[in-house]
Amino acid sequence: MNKEFIRRIIPLQIAAILLALSLSAVILTILSISPIDAFSLILSGAFGSPAKLAYVLTAWAPLLLCSAGLLVTFAAGLWNIGIEGQVVMGAVFATGLMRILQDSLPPSAVLLLAALAGLLGGALWGMLVGGLRRYGSVNEIFGGLGLNFIAGSLTVYLILGPWKRPGIGSTSGTEPFPPSLWLPGFKDFQASPIEMILGLIAIASVAIALRDTHFGLRLRAVGMNMKAAFLKGVPVDQDLFLAFGLCGALAGLAGWVLIVGTSARHNLYPLISSGYGYLAILVVLLANLKPFWSVPISFSFAAISMGSLQLPLQRQLDSSLGGVIQGMLVLSVLVINGIRSRWLRHEG
Amino acid sequence: MMGSKKLWMVVAVFTCLAMLLTACGEKKKPEPAKAPEPAPFVFGVVLVGPYNDHGWSEAHYMGGKYAESKIPNAKMIYVDNVNPGAKPGVTIPQVAEDLISKGARIIFTTSDDFKDGTLEAAKKYPNIPFVNVSGDHAWKEGKDYKAPNNLSNFMGRMEYGKMIAGCAAALTTQTGKIGYLGPLINDETRRLAVSAYLGAKYAWTNILKKDPKKLKFKATWIGFWFNIPGQTLDPTKVAVDFYKSGYDVVISGIDTTEALVEANKMAKAGKKVRAIQYDYKEACKEAEEVCLGVPYFNWGPAYVKAVKMALENRWTQYWDWDGPDWKDINHPDTSAVGFVKSRGLSQENAEKVDGFIKGLADGSINLFKGPRQFQNGKTYLKEGEVATDLQVWYFPQLLQGMEGRSK
Repeated sequence: MNKEFIRRIIPLQIAAILLALSLSAVILTILSISPIDAFSLILSGAFGSPAKLAYVLTAWAPLLLCSAGLLVTFAAGLWNIGIEGQVVMGAVFATGLMRILQDSLPPSAVLLLAALAGLLGGALWGMLVGGLRRYGSVNEIFGGLGLNFIAGSLTVYLILGPWKRPGIGSTSGTEPFPPSLWLPGFKDFQASPIEMILGLIAIASVAIALRDTHFGLRLRAVGMNMKAAFLKGVPVDQDLFLAFGLCGALAGLAGWVLIVGTSARHNLYPLISSGYGYLAILVVLLANLKPFWSVPISFSFAAISMGSLQLPLQRQLDSSLGGVIQGMLVLSVLVINGIRSRWLRHEG
Repeated sequence: MMGSKKLWMVVAVFTCLAMLLTACGEKKKPEPAKAPEPAPFVFGVVLVGPYNDHGWSEAHYMGGKYAESKIPNAKMIYVDNVNPGAKPGVTIPQVAEDLISKGARIIFTTSDDFKDGTLEAAKKYPNIPFVNVSGDHAWKEGKDYKAPNNLSNFMGRMEYGKMIAGCAAALTTQTGKIGYLGPLINDETRRLAVSAYLGAKYAWTNILKKDPKKLKFKATWIGFWFNIPGQTLDPTKVAVDFYKSGYDVVISGIDTTEALVEANKMAKAGKKVRAIQYDYKEACKEAEEVCLGVPYFNWGPAYVKAVKMALENRWTQYWDWDGPDWKDINHPDTSAVGFVKSRGLSQENAEKVDGFIKGLADGSINLFKGPRQFQNGKTYLKEGEVATDLQVWYFPQLLQGMEGRSK
């Protein structure tokens, strides 16, 4: 299995990356931008200084958490597009709890409880996708998309309604939390080790759970062939619910990080999920569902996201070009995987 | 195995193509030898919208350009579109770090939305002067004074611009219904909507001598400074709703140009509608015939002042609320706010607007003078009382006679 992975998958992924870079280079050139210039700008924007690296790590943490969650749902063969909404609901639950308790409990207790609230919010929203699938026969892709919209509208409602800042009606966000409710960072390095450790623990636990536990084995069985798994006596419904719940919980924790993180905005605002969920889908696809590989891949995606901020700053280009590069990467992977499976079928 | 080879072929071809194109692109940059220049003094500007939005952000961009032209060796760098729609999660301290690492020695953050973030950034970089435009953290007499010494504020007294806009609207409306396309709701936006209303009411009752009860003035707030799909009301739709329900003049209070764009479409379909733009001196250019005019900010002089203070090492904290130069409200070097009339305003009404501006200039017209009531009937200003700066800046509620939400 492992040999097969090294012999076949890795060259394919590298081919995909080259293809993506070339396609991006072509687009950049058409826009009369030197690709080498753009790529080096992105690199220096990500790693040019300790402060920049800190921002990359800040983006890495939620990406790791979301990737960990998606490894679970992908293992079960589920497309959890609803992960964005699960991040949002984690942030909403965490914010709600912090608003209620911030004046009555010590900050560390508030932070801890908020993390649990985030886990819960994300898990509930994830299981809702599972519920829609099980009882409403709504495919998880459509259910997830719908719930993403609802979660987004709910934040706008909360920000303009019950949670709005006194005297202000603006969608830009709720009252920021005081510094005592930010995760501690270093003086000149504004990233909290807590965020990253949580992310890495999440990936490691998921890797172990999928490989070594009975639950993991069942999930993979469901992912490979749901009917067969069911006939073999796997409690498919229950396991799928659990998968959605687990993924949602980890996404919800990412939502908590986006509220309390050292370099966060420290408040709830619309689109707080910032596309980290979608980006994590790309990470996991690119990692070919391998936990180990999601770690460096999510790190490089975080670097591209942060580094591409340099494009508007230095060359007056749109920073969304970074997104174009990421999108190209994944499209290339999908295309190459598609071609590969066609050719495997031919061989078979 | 054929498949694999084909795949590599495709990749290789693309890579070569990319390299070729890259090489071509590289050649386009001949660097002429220049005499060495002294290192420029770099100032950073953070914009909430696109730098070319024909509104608030472009006005700031032009302000920065003006400072570049007036101060030898000053150089602007900027980041635009810093808002939760375009760059969710990007924070002001983060953008500030970046600008500083690019050499910025003073940073302008040009939105009320950046208020909290600027405070955080100013504390983090105590040696870099920050200016948050439209904020009040540096106003010692204000209600929210908490800025460290390296943080200052400036703002223009747009009340006057909005009064002139309201006056032009009331003189022009045939239906007696004026719409105000509002952004989010806060002290600043209530203050400006109220100013527009007061200008309209004055023109309606004192110039046109019409029954005050027959003037309708309605504010609709979209929720942010410009359209963010899914988060704000769609300003295009709000403008269309205004025009379709008989509001024939819409005063824009948002950063972008939807009101004028829609008015132009309606006018082309034969409707007699007009719009008043906001923020940017040349904002009417898109459709001059349907635009009555634009109250605008002329930020240039304020940028020059701040950059010079930082450049000459004589920075002290300040809070400026700059008014128009009443000798010439459109003077580019002295007036912080102005009003440019456009072709949609008739000659006759243009003269009346000039008279109104003259009245404001010589003090014979003071609209922030009592008696004035809030929307809920409570007293804002007693008979003869003139509003203080605090009373104008912190505007808690819309005034009686206006329709629309106060918070």
